Amino acid sequence: MKQRLVVIGAGMASGRVLEHLTDAAPGAFDITLFNVEPRGNYNRIMLSPVLSGEKTYEEIVTHDDAWYAERGIACRFGERVSKIDREMKVVEGANGHVPYDKLVIATGSNPFIIPLPGHDLDGVIAYRDLEDTQQMMDMGPGNKVVVIGGGLLGLEAAAGMAAHGVDVTVVHIMGHLMERQLDEAAGYLLKKSLEDKGIKICLQANSKEILGQDGKVRALLLDDGTELPCDLLVMAVGIRPNTALAQDAGLATGRGIHVDDQMLTSDPDVYAVGECVEHDGEIFGLVAPLYDQAKVAAQSLMEEEAAFAQKTLSTKLKVTGCDLFSAGDFADGPGREDIVFRDPSRGVYKRLVIEEDRLVGAVMYGDTADGSWFFGLIKDGTNIDEMRETLIFGPAYQGGDTADPLSAVAALPPEAEICGCNGVCKGDIVEAINAGAGDLGAVRASTKASASCGTCTGLVEQVLQVTLGDDFQMPTAQPICGCTDLTHEDVRRLIKGQELKSQAAVWQELGWKTPNGCHVCRPAINYYLLADWPLEYQDDPQSRFVNERKHANIQKDGTFSVVPRMWGGITTPEELRAIADAADKYNVPTVKVTGGQRIDLLGVKGEDLPSIWADLNQAGLVSGHAYSKGLRTVKTCVGTDHCRFGTQDSTGLGIKLEKFLWGSWTPHKLKLAVSGCPRNCAEATCKDIGVVCVDSGYQISIGGAAGMDVKETELLCQVPTEDEAIEVVMAVTQAYREGGKYLDRLYKWLGKVGMDWVKAQVVEDRENRAALVARFELSQSIYRKDPWAEHVKEKAQTYAPIADFTLEAAE
Amino acid sequence: MSWIDIGHIDELPLRGARLVKTHIGCIAVFRTAETEVFAATNSCPHKGGPLSEGIVHGQSVTCPLHNWVFDLNTGEAQGADDGRIITYPVRLEDGRILLDDSAITRRSAA
Repeated sequence: MKQRLVVIGAGMASGRVLEHLTDAAPGAFDITLFNVEPRGNYNRIMLSPVLSGEKTYEEIVTHDDAWYAERGIACRFGERVSKIDREMKVVEGANGHVPYDKLVIATGSNPFIIPLPGHDLDGVIAYRDLEDTQQMMDMGPGNKVVVIGGGLLGLEAAAGMAAHGVDVTVVHIMGHLMERQLDEAAGYLLKKSLEDKGIKICLQANSKEILGQDGKVRALLLDDGTELPCDLLVMAVGIRPNTALAQDAGLATGRGIHVDDQMLTSDPDVYAVGECVEHDGEIFGLVAPLYDQAKVAAQSLMEEEAAFAQKTLSTKLKVTGCDLFSAGDFADGPGREDIVFRDPSRGVYKRLVIEEDRLVGAVMYGDTADGSWFFGLIKDGTNIDEMRETLIFGPAYQGGDTADPLSAVAALPPEAEICGCNGVCKGDIVEAINAGAGDLGAVRASTKASASCGTCTGLVEQVLQVTLGDDFQMPTAQPICGCTDLTHEDVRRLIKGQELKSQAAVWQELGWKTPNGCHVCRPAINYYLLADWPLEYQDDPQSRFVNERKHANIQKDGTFSVVPRMWGGITTPEELRAIADAADKYNVPTVKVTGGQRIDLLGVKGEDLPSIWADLNQAGLVSGHAYSKGLRTVKTCVGTDHCRFGTQDSTGLGIKLEKFLWGSWTPHKLKLAVSGCPRNCAEATCKDIGVVCVDSGYQISIGGAAGMDVKETELLCQVPTEDEAIEVVMAVTQAYREGGKYLDRLYKWLGKVGMDWVKAQVVEDRENRAALVARFELSQSIYRKDPWAEHVKEKAQTYAPIADFTLEAAE
Repeated sequence: MSWIDIGHIDELPLRGARLVKTHIGCIAVFRTAETEVFAATNSCPHKGGPLSEGIVHGQSVTCPLHNWVFDLNTGEAQGADDGRIITYPVRLEDGRILLDDSAITRRSAA
């Protein structure tokens, strides 16, 4: 008698089972096929081309009605199976029971819907089937769509809709796109090319709530308060094996339906294949293993010997026009080494991961031609020791000259501007060189190129070298560190010029030699990025020295010092009581008055920091930033309030300056002081910026220091009003922030740019002064806040150990 | 070898570290990449600097006190400095960080 076979689910895996069965043993089974979707098997992978309009639904149908009819398969499409009765060996469908001898479960997976408030609103969909695709295709220019999820599926949905002119924003919770398939660098390149297609991408974005109006989606609200308006919201955050039926039937399930190597479930008459299964702890999403499973299941049904084995997988992905490849295991790991190749101009990134002379993983972006060759090496475990040096260039490596670092400069046209400060173009410099200027000093003297802020010095030197050839001895510029050949000046210029707005962008576009810099360059890059792109770049605490990461100064025994801010050095009995109480409560061994008119609590344990801050916050005290490359203190004398010599309200101005400037990051620490008269009790003339009040106004001088070097400030200008004094101080600070080399105090920056240039920028050119102030204020809109309060609220637990085994009782 | 679950990978900042306190001293657990962790003694052999507070880069950490750099694979100090930190087996399983219990029950001879 013919065996009765029931198949639940008409997807790609079960479709392949049916193909194998009906080809190899036509008529051996009486087959009934259930499917919830009102249609048969189509190529789900091709939904993206349908969405983007490259294909129609008809073109992606794998099995049409005629196919099922020819093979005598009874189709119950659009009908949900409510129950599997394993005792009676019957499948219960909505329109009646079907008995089976053998059963194949291929229920696939369900899209995971984040249970955000509003997830059940109209217009919130997943990206799974043809209905979802159709809803997305209905969107057009003038529509806004938000896609949650920056994985393959989400990005394909976004790219497909963007191709129709839809305004699409992708919201992704992780720090880079497709983090499971790509590393940070490749993720950055992918983001860049998607943004070039007009897709907006928000990374590290946490969705908080879906907002609706009249039962329909209106916007997505992020937890930072951003509201992204949308007409449709697509959730593409992952899939879960659909095990409900199997679980109800009492089959063994874990994350998926448990199957053995023959695709048999815990019931000897029930098989399972596809995305719903769990084999040896793994679940499956790519099509290759599903097809392997289908073949094994078909053979097992025909009582042939077969076994499913998991294989290393490679993914060659195409997110509409972006070439990606990843294979094997490319996560960093102990004992693993990387070979990295970057070609910023072509947007190419390749990374090979090697372990014990074997290639174990590869990630490529932009040029994936050698992907299958690398995949072969991974799969075969080939020993690559001998070809290691040329491995990354692929099988066709022919050797060749290394690229000429000067070629870019050589290729610049004569009218290309080299020095922005003085408006000098390449042609002017070449002319000066031809007229006899043979070194940097001579070029500066005759053209003024690089004579102001100096960031173009490297470029001018390269023009000298290109023009004079061997006659010019290139001075060896000091690169930032071993991770790069570029100098601080080069990097600052390139970050601005190429609009590099993330660390990944800097590493990639500037050809960094290490994956993520080192303790020397990363803090500098972090500073340059946040100073130049205050809105776009997010400060990275992990790229900061411990003091700035923990907002306290580490001491030699690993404890910290805590210095609350006292605006202009003024405090109150209440504040002093709160400080005394905190010192008692946290057993602070040393309480000291600092040179900057603050009180320092020394010897606080790292774990106690959030609590002591919370206590100090209660009394209205905030961080004094005594640890930062940023505004430290504004020291004052008592001025006209009490002093018989005071000419202006120096204390008041000091407080105002501190309230404007606090929280700002600068290349190195920035100390200010305001003295009420030329007797200068606040010692303003050895500060980075000092103000000395006189009868007729305010003398502002800059570039002082009292550390390893002792310097007296130089007079910048005298202004008549307090408001103008504040404006000048903010403008100087911003000019230093924008031009200074990381870890250069203000006087060092001043030595490079010269007082004349600073005067021109902030004293004489009123418009430029206002622009500097505006840029400073923009940056302060992000950074003028108390980091202590923020850490108490959001990061307190990170100050405690992740685990503490000293608390457990001894057994 | 037996493994002890000390927490979830997301509790560690990327390119950062946190402490595990034990009766025999503190262990620093480092997260060098999305799915890569290392464990080593928290104390720098130079002047006892807390390595968990250092800047984490590549597969290395820089001591916050005097910038000694250690390779977390081997524990060896890099460059001109001469010294070594003890490293401990640690692995990831489904996002959980598993630390070898030798790290918390005895100090290996170094």
